[in-house]
Amino acid sequence: MFARENGLHGDPRLRGISEAIRVVPDFPKPGIMFQDITTLLLDRKAFKDSVDIFVDRYRDMNISVVAGVEARGFMFGPPIALAIGAKFVPLRKPKKLPGEVISENYVLEYGTDCLEMHVGAVQPGERALVIDDLVATGGTLSAAINLLERVGADVVECACVIGLPKIKEERRLNGKPLYILVEPRE
Amino acid sequence: MASQDGEDQRLQKIASAIRVIPNFPKPGIMFQDITTLLLDPTAFKDTIDLFVERYRSKDISVVAGIEARGFIFGPPIALAIGAKFVPMRKPNKLPGEVISEEYSLEYGTDKMEMHVGAVRAGERALIIDDLIATGGTLCAAIRLLERVGVEVVECACVIELPELKGRDRLGDRPLFVLVEG
Repeated sequence: MFARENGLHGDPRLRGISEAIRVVPDFPKPGIMFQDITTLLLDRKAFKDSVDIFVDRYRDMNISVVAGVEARGFMFGPPIALAIGAKFVPLRKPKKLPGEVISENYVLEYGTDCLEMHVGAVQPGERALVIDDLVATGGTLSAAINLLERVGADVVECACVIGLPKIKEERRLNGKPLYILVEPRE
Repeated sequence: MASQDGEDQRLQKIASAIRVIPNFPKPGIMFQDITTLLLDPTAFKDTIDLFVERYRSKDISVVAGIEARGFIFGPPIALAIGAKFVPMRKPNKLPGEVISEEYSLEYGTDKMEMHVGAVRAGERALIIDDLIATGGTLCAAIRLLERVGVEVVECACVIELPELKGRDRLGDRPLFVLVEG
């Protein structure tokens, strides 16, 4: 589930991607080492490489839906969707999507949050990829998977640029495979 | 001309892929919903292609996208023209040191932020968002970039709402849009 274990061992692009990510200590609160992908977006080669790696993996998997989690999933999802000929479906915080939506609640460290998807965006039987910049506990991705499965889509995989160690042990999320490019930096 | 016809066809397809939702977020507003455009891979690709064709030879090194729908259109354009992508965000989202610009809303104000060091003086930038209404958000983005010495080459949107006169608010800053709402 880490790219290097999946045929990309020693791929120099992974190192460039990892080194382009900036760590910001104590954000959003003390003790958290925030993995900042905005510096990856400033590195044209590293950003292109990250998209290319996902595109190479998914282009022949018959995927018709790329679902991106607001807001950093919006930066990686559309380039992948465009390259593989899939539609892009934004999964958003409450009250942002203007049409009729379905909602999925999920648990945070303190309290709950909610993810929404437009009704009719995805048809039953479609093969879907979920994308976000980072997976930590997997709560948000689980909500995303649930939304897609509730409308009858087949979630093929969840893809993230960065995966925290907790997730590594589990290898799957809600039974769905996870594909991750790099681990967090110190 | 063949190229003109081709472009007109693409624009027609893009316009018809956009869904209008009445009374969102409040009564009287006809909301221009681009999510249906994103569900049409050909129309979405055409949208990006039209921007890329316009900007690829303009020596642009920065594409600044306004949260959140600017994040959908900006990165594909940036990747295609070899520019970096810079997200312009609501307050307290960007983790590093930021510069902020306040701007007025119909009621009250809001703030837009950009990371310090994301762009350098002298760079040429494109600002992208899905839609221009009053132009307040775009003006804030222009000011942020100009404060650090960046040249804003153009603002680009998929949709313009002409009756809200955003183009006037941008003054002499060029604005390029694909379709009118």
